[in-house]
Amino acid sequence: MQIQRESKIKIAIDNIKFPLLAIVFSFIIGAFFIIWTGNNPGVAYVELFSGSLGTVSRFGETMLKTTPLIFTGLAVGFGYRCGLFNIGVEGQYILGTVFTISAGWIFRDLPGSILPVILLISGALGGAIWAFIPGILKAKRGVNEVIITIMLNYTALYIANYVVRAVLNPSILQGTEKKAYSVMIPEQGRLTMLTEIFPSFGYSSVNTGIFIAIAMAIITWFILFKTTLGYEVRSVGFNPYASEYGGISIAKNITLAMVISGALAGLAGAVMITGLTYKVDMASGMPGYGFDGIAVALVGKNHPIGILASAFLFGILKNGERKMQIAGIPKEVIGIIQSIIIIFIAAEAIGSYWPSIKRKLTGKKDEEVKA
Amino acid sequence: MVIFIALLASALRLATPLIFSALGGIFSERSGVVNIAIEGIMINGAFFAILVTKFTDSPWLGVLAAMVAGALTALLLAVLAIHLRGNQVVAGVAINLFATSITAFLLEMVWKRSGQTDAVAHALTGNPLTFLEKIPVLGELFAGLTPFVYLAFVAVAITYYVIYKTPFGLRIRAVGEHPRAADTVGINVYKIRYICVMISGVLAGISGASLSLGTVSLFREGMTSGKGFIAIAAMIFGKWHPIGAMLASLFFGFAEAVQIQASSLGINNIPSEFLQTLPYIATILVLSGFIGRAVAPKADGIPYEKGHR
Amino acid sequence: MTNVVEMKNITKVFPGVVANDSVNFELRQGEIHVLLGENGAGKTTLMNILYGLYEQTSGDIFINGKLQNIKDPSVAISLGIGMVHQHFMLVEPFTVTENIILGSETTSGFRNTKLDMETATKKVREISEQFGLAVDPNAKIHDISVGMQQRVEILKTLYRGAEILILDEPTAVLTPQEIIELGEILKKLVAQNKSIILITHKLKEVMAMSDRVTVVRRGKVIETLQKEDTNIDELAELMVGRKVNLKVEKDEHEAGEEVLKVHNLQAENNRGTQALKGVDFEVKAGEIFAIAGVDGNGQTELVEVLTGLRKSSGGSFTIKGDDLTKASSKQILKHGLAHIPEDRHKRGLVLEHSLAENGCLGSHLNEPFSKHGLMNDTYIHEYSQKLIEEYDVRTPSEWVPAKSLSGGNQQKFIVAREMNRNPELIIASQPTRGVDVGAIEFIHSKLVEQRDLGKAILLVSLELDEVMALADRIGVIYDGKIVGIINGEDANERELGIMMAGGKAKKA
Repeated sequence: MQIQRESKIKIAIDNIKFPLLAIVFSFIIGAFFIIWTGNNPGVAYVELFSGSLGTVSRFGETMLKTTPLIFTGLAVGFGYRCGLFNIGVEGQYILGTVFTISAGWIFRDLPGSILPVILLISGALGGAIWAFIPGILKAKRGVNEVIITIMLNYTALYIANYVVRAVLNPSILQGTEKKAYSVMIPEQGRLTMLTEIFPSFGYSSVNTGIFIAIAMAIITWFILFKTTLGYEVRSVGFNPYASEYGGISIAKNITLAMVISGALAGLAGAVMITGLTYKVDMASGMPGYGFDGIAVALVGKNHPIGILASAFLFGILKNGERKMQIAGIPKEVIGIIQSIIIIFIAAEAIGSYWPSIKRKLTGKKDEEVKA
Repeated sequence: MVIFIALLASALRLATPLIFSALGGIFSERSGVVNIAIEGIMINGAFFAILVTKFTDSPWLGVLAAMVAGALTALLLAVLAIHLRGNQVVAGVAINLFATSITAFLLEMVWKRSGQTDAVAHALTGNPLTFLEKIPVLGELFAGLTPFVYLAFVAVAITYYVIYKTPFGLRIRAVGEHPRAADTVGINVYKIRYICVMISGVLAGISGASLSLGTVSLFREGMTSGKGFIAIAAMIFGKWHPIGAMLASLFFGFAEAVQIQASSLGINNIPSEFLQTLPYIATILVLSGFIGRAVAPKADGIPYEKGHR
Repeated sequence: MTNVVEMKNITKVFPGVVANDSVNFELRQGEIHVLLGENGAGKTTLMNILYGLYEQTSGDIFINGKLQNIKDPSVAISLGIGMVHQHFMLVEPFTVTENIILGSETTSGFRNTKLDMETATKKVREISEQFGLAVDPNAKIHDISVGMQQRVEILKTLYRGAEILILDEPTAVLTPQEIIELGEILKKLVAQNKSIILITHKLKEVMAMSDRVTVVRRGKVIETLQKEDTNIDELAELMVGRKVNLKVEKDEHEAGEEVLKVHNLQAENNRGTQALKGVDFEVKAGEIFAIAGVDGNGQTELVEVLTGLRKSSGGSFTIKGDDLTKASSKQILKHGLAHIPEDRHKRGLVLEHSLAENGCLGSHLNEPFSKHGLMNDTYIHEYSQKLIEEYDVRTPSEWVPAKSLSGGNQQKFIVAREMNRNPELIIASQPTRGVDVGAIEFIHSKLVEQRDLGKAILLVSLELDEVMALADRIGVIYDGKIVGIINGEDANERELGIMMAGGKAKKA
């Protein structure tokens, strides 16, 4: 039993070693940029963390920023577990918001006891439908999901703009003048602000969405590691040939993993609408949560618990950057740090190729012979 | 007729950055490296073009700076993708994010504000070949062009020549299809891929310059607004062929021009958003084989491992 | 006659394996010299050293009498050595000419930057006429036959001025007609003073094509013979050798009812050509039926079809009377199949999964491994502990990923998992490939144990001694067909070797 626990811990440490190093290095590189701006990196990083964690309401704002990142991180991570690179979380998120707002209008007369649930389910459905397209194309026609999902992101963006402008605009549904945003979801469909329960959250808009996000992380963990579905998804992700050998359908699991991934992305949109914005704005570009989700998932090693932690880190960065800005440090430093983290993660090969580099340096060759 | 000429000029201008970037994508992917970073390289190109123009007052030096910035950004992708055999898509995503942040950072450092730079005094927004404007009717068209538009077509011709008519091009295509075969006849796969990814960066850099120096004379955050991805779409729609990519870019540029000028053209019944989605939906259909069939180079996106097994 | 190639005392050591052990090899000018040996005997390794793909651990290579250091293929090419690899190195969408000139292009025009396809095509035509290798220089590779593709590969070496040609298993992919044509081409080449090394394990071809033969076995050169001085029987014996007899305790056992019945089964390989051309046999409960044969004669496809991993193109098979020809691997597993796959890394294990998770692969949907879609972790771990214990798998615990185990232990774990499925039919495909002697004996004894328990066992093996030691009945597969079925006790190596090589079995 002792040995088992030790080997389990060792595996866990092996997994988080690299992301932690990546984070540390990125902060060090970020420090040089801060010095370039003529500021003290120590001061800047203190501002960053006190700005995001210093008071309860600041902490609340950090949790607010963390909420969508958990969802989109989980979405990317779940796909990755099945060997899928879902760059389309962005678009699935957008579709999630559109479905939520549509449901909000259609079911505007339902009571507060069921409306929020319906809205969340609608959002998840929107994302799932959008993800089904690349899923089925990959499963049945072998089309690479990366390009398809990128293309679907922009398609979703323009569809959303159209819907907001020409279908769900208050000017059409409520006869007001033309707005650059949609109708609002009804009061009883909205999530509760935590400050209503715990006044110490003060000005923070953090809402019960954060609990839904954490719950989804736990559920995702459960699905991945405790159910046959998760077992099959992970098997296909690691080795489709062995999975096929074990009687696991590759096509079914690819489609399913994509749909679940999309549902999580759609849920991100639904929680954003029901918890914070209550409407969808017309947009000229991507909201960015999907791309952030890629970073979150990579740093979190595609493990739901790791994703919780890394989403929190990115939440801190996102919330603290304003405080840094006020202290006179360009907030773009944070973006630079974020991107350098991902560059390091992309270069993780450095780590895994280290043995072969070492071998080259020592002049030994290691080739396995296939008899 | 005047409207139509204006529409055509607008389409050509809008197609120009797409053509450059799509050609860049072709170089990279033909050699076997997926380049999602085109968008980020364009951002860097657009920014450094303005930056250097501001300090030298020479827009052509600005273009040169864009090319260098593009090549260096692409070098980062090349190292990650080729030597470290990292995930090329992750690397691309990271570079896109990096370019967005670093340009915004430098913008703030140099211009002491965020959002957009000041306009540079001398840009490249006018037609360089003024004598063409004397041609009746078509003169109007040429008057609406920029040096970048002409350069784009020159770049198409050169790309076509390099890829299909030179030994280097033959080797690029071989490396992207069957790197091991190339290796066994003594071709250095890594070297070819490095060169191609960097050429890709140069072209995407010029593409960025054509956006900043060639249109509004300034750099604005988010000014690429996904054009890098439309260029990828054009590359796929054009089946990784320079002429095909050019035609696809022109088609997408034309669609955008129509969308922008919809009201003056009297088109009100087609929602503009539908025209905007056209490039993307077309690409999805081509990729999944519903219309035609676009097949990527066989080794596209697959890191090559030297060594002999 | 002068020696164009002399390889002296070549030794190549891979970690844990000596692939070539002080090998001496000579090639005379203008001869066709066959390197004969079983799979894994070290023929290809030796030639990869000559072509600069590997570096020898020790030993010297002389080309035309001069000591050379061939550090990469470009050196080999410049020394006039050309190699036609077993898997062709051709760029499919390219034309024949483009493939031939790749890397050695002819140019013209502005600063010699332009590909000169006209001159190139002309030169290709000239060479192809000179050596009787008719090809269409402008055809695309994916439009021409495999035989044609091979000609292109040969032309590629000739275009680079090769005087010494190495052909690695050139007949493996060819039709009988194409093999005859290849023989004629090779004769034309030596008539023009080229020297040729032919790697093969097919005895018939040796007799048809060679001047001299060097037999390689387990990394060592056994003998070099003039073709005239030898015959198929002798070569078969030299090639297979008198190996250490594997001792397997095996009693007489009555075979029971028929479990697997294969009827006229046909299938295509990945290249889309017919790999199984109508296979018939049956396996009964309580017997080990072995498929013997040289690699690449349809074994892989046969096993894949029987396990639901490949679609058949004709014929049928049944397990205990149920037709499963169109069934998925999941359904076949349900009918009591256990499968020890030939490639444990590709099929047998999810290397990143823990041993516990690998232990339930294929039965993860059955109770008590899972219930209502929930995995029963406690049982899964207990179960894999049991597998590890019973089969003596050396591992710190069942938590470690499968990839951290040695090959032998991985294989033992797979065998453990499959035997514990309580199957009706066990398909064991090269179950001892690449594992150490201890593991081999263990796996063999387990297979016999299962036979004695009344299971039907289909053993597919490239190792003749394994087949001889285990099988109750042996079916020899050649070119996608079972060319003969003999009883285990009646079998002798020579006879089997000849049948495997496509020869006719003499009546004993």
